[in-house]
Amino acid sequence: MSKTRKGKVVSYNKWGYIFLMPFIIVFIIFQLIPLVNTIRYSFYQYFRAGLDWIGPNWVGFENYAKVFGNADIWTYAWNTILMWIMGFVPQIIVSLVLGSWFSDQRLRLKFSGFFKTVIYLPNLIMASAFAMLFFTLFSAKGPINSILVDGLGILKEPFIFFDSMWATRILVAFMNFLMWFGNTTILLMAGIMGIDGSLFEAAEVDGATPTQVFFRITLPLLRPILVYVMITSLIGGLQMFDVPQILTNGDGTPYRSSMTMIMYLNKHLFSRNYGLAGALSVFLFIITGALSVVVYKFNTSED
Amino acid sequence: MKKKLLSVLLSTAMVAALLVGCGEDAPATDGGTTDGGDVTSEDGGAAADVPEWVEPTYEYSATTSDDGTVLNIYCWNDEFQRRVQDHLPGYTYTEGATDEATGNPVGDYNGTKVVWWITPNEGTAYQDNLDSNLAKQADADADSKIDIFLVEADYALKYVDSNASLALEDLGITDADLANQYQYTKDVVTDMNGKIKGSSWQGCPGVLIYNRAAATEVLGADDYDTVQAAVKDWDTFNATAAKMKEAGYLMTSTVYDTYRVYSNNVTSKWVQNGVITVDANIAKWCEDAKAMVDNGYSTTFDLWSEEWSAGFYPAGKVFCYFGPAWLVNFSMAADKEGSIGYEGGWGACEGPQGFYWGGTWACAANGTDNATLVKEIILTMTTDEAVLKEIVMDDDDFANNTVVMDEIANSDYASAVFGGQNPIGVYAGGVSKVDLSNISKWDQGCNEIFQATMKDYFTGAKTYDEAYAEFIKQVIEKYPELEAYN
Repeated sequence: MSKTRKGKVVSYNKWGYIFLMPFIIVFIIFQLIPLVNTIRYSFYQYFRAGLDWIGPNWVGFENYAKVFGNADIWTYAWNTILMWIMGFVPQIIVSLVLGSWFSDQRLRLKFSGFFKTVIYLPNLIMASAFAMLFFTLFSAKGPINSILVDGLGILKEPFIFFDSMWATRILVAFMNFLMWFGNTTILLMAGIMGIDGSLFEAAEVDGATPTQVFFRITLPLLRPILVYVMITSLIGGLQMFDVPQILTNGDGTPYRSSMTMIMYLNKHLFSRNYGLAGALSVFLFIITGALSVVVYKFNTSED
Repeated sequence: MKKKLLSVLLSTAMVAALLVGCGEDAPATDGGTTDGGDVTSEDGGAAADVPEWVEPTYEYSATTSDDGTVLNIYCWNDEFQRRVQDHLPGYTYTEGATDEATGNPVGDYNGTKVVWWITPNEGTAYQDNLDSNLAKQADADADSKIDIFLVEADYALKYVDSNASLALEDLGITDADLANQYQYTKDVVTDMNGKIKGSSWQGCPGVLIYNRAAATEVLGADDYDTVQAAVKDWDTFNATAAKMKEAGYLMTSTVYDTYRVYSNNVTSKWVQNGVITVDANIAKWCEDAKAMVDNGYSTTFDLWSEEWSAGFYPAGKVFCYFGPAWLVNFSMAADKEGSIGYEGGWGACEGPQGFYWGGTWACAANGTDNATLVKEIILTMTTDEAVLKEIVMDDDDFANNTVVMDEIANSDYASAVFGGQNPIGVYAGGVSKVDLSNISKWDQGCNEIFQATMKDYFTGAKTYDEAYAEFIKQVIEKYPELEAYN
């Protein structure tokens, strides 16, 4: 009797592993091996010159020394963080406001389904297409300039947005904001709706103002979701690539003031410099991990 | 959910902490060596560290055989395929026929199957595919050995200065066979040992394409002699630019219009003993371009941008562009009503210096197993005067043959875009002076990056020195092998 039962358990386990296999295999081939190789190559001189490959030759930490040896990496790291913050701050504020409005039972907003769809729409457009669109809109002969110059007469001659450091950065941040605030709103709304409705009712009975409800009930109980949103957005922000890449044609113009870390990495990969690119990737991995821990600690410290 | 998140985070943190440890070692080691000496000794040390520059060389050895049954041609679009289909005697094909095994387009040349391996040029996809297949060439089975591959001027030397391509003389194609080709088309595919390793059926000489209306208004006439006299060298060109400005015209749409003209006429190489060096003519471009921007004679927009192409229409108020036949025929909105080209409002003159833009070269792959057929195809397609003349007449191409083109230059051929002018002689005149003996395999990167980084100097955002430092930095990023020398 007991023998049969034992056999049954084992056979169920086996199926569990079998179902896991496809994932494990795909993960090993497409994630783990490249990951290990990236770290390995970061200790080698390994690049292509014309048709020939130089290396791989073991150079220890030389690639890391090169990455940290010039100030560029910090400039690009600063560009990345700055453009992320410029996009994320308005994004989280707008999303919080919209999220609480959409989920507020007392407001009973009409057509909220329609608006939820609309704000999510920018996310459905490919980032590169979105960047191309903005590139055309804001070019010197584009519609924005013709409105500013001919339509409203605010400017005498076209403002060349992409020659200006701050205009380019603001555009990148604004596009990231537009693309992601809908997604964040939906996530936060899910979080808010997960909060026990009786708490809001109790607050209402006790005469709490909407502001008090928001800051005393919604926000504290929303913290797990907020942490999740911040960490995913931070990781996404550090890996910012497609929007500035397309908008500035891969050069982070003007004078690389909108060059992000991944764009810099792409420059090395484009010249097939696997050693230096590996070192840069490891550095990015460390920064991402470390910042995620900081954000997590910061948001959970009071518990 | 929360627990899962926590565990993922903790493990990330653990790995990260582990790696932070490694990461911190790196600058420490570096710091140690730098701190070791004072500034001077560090400089001295650096100089001693620079390895001696070894001019890249390669041992050329040809391998050919003639027992192949399949002829493989690598290219990035169907241009050469169409030329072969339409003009190569003995080539037969069925429209839409594909190879069973690979799905590639196929044809038949005197009983041998021809397979076209087309990889689009997007990014570096074509080169990447070609590189990996050339690397396997020696071990590839007979049917998949590459026999012919096509290259563009920008990266031709990568394949020419290597054992990937065959010297044409090893196929039995002599200098006499190539005697009527334009010299620059041979320079592009001449390797470091002086062997010619490719051949092209097309020439892409460029001319100064001027706006006849602007010429009449500012210079008083729009005929060749008047305009050519006003742009005969760069100083005259710049003086004319001032007159154009007064009349409300931009001399060129952007300063990058003229870059190719300067860079085709350099007298030194970009990289000398490993050191990146700016040629005098390139430096002159930089100086002239800065003056043009500062004086409002031109702009800093990129080629192919909307702002650049505004001058294709009268309202854009641009005096001239620089380009080859394909630019004015296919890219300058000549088919759109209201454009200058549509009205036949362009004129052609040689301009300050001759130049070329574009072109495709056919190289024979080392290790080909169809040597005789490869020779026949290259000879017929790129040197046979009857075939070339047919290509000019049927396809509006500019043939790479001085005899054929001279004949057309002296004919009553009239170009509608150029308002009835016969521009062939003008095209041929400028390009015969182009000397490309100073090209190097770093040219593409150096040229692109120089133009891009100098933009910040032209707009005034950076000084020349700052822009130059950025240029050097970005070239090294692209060509790590130059790092030790710059």
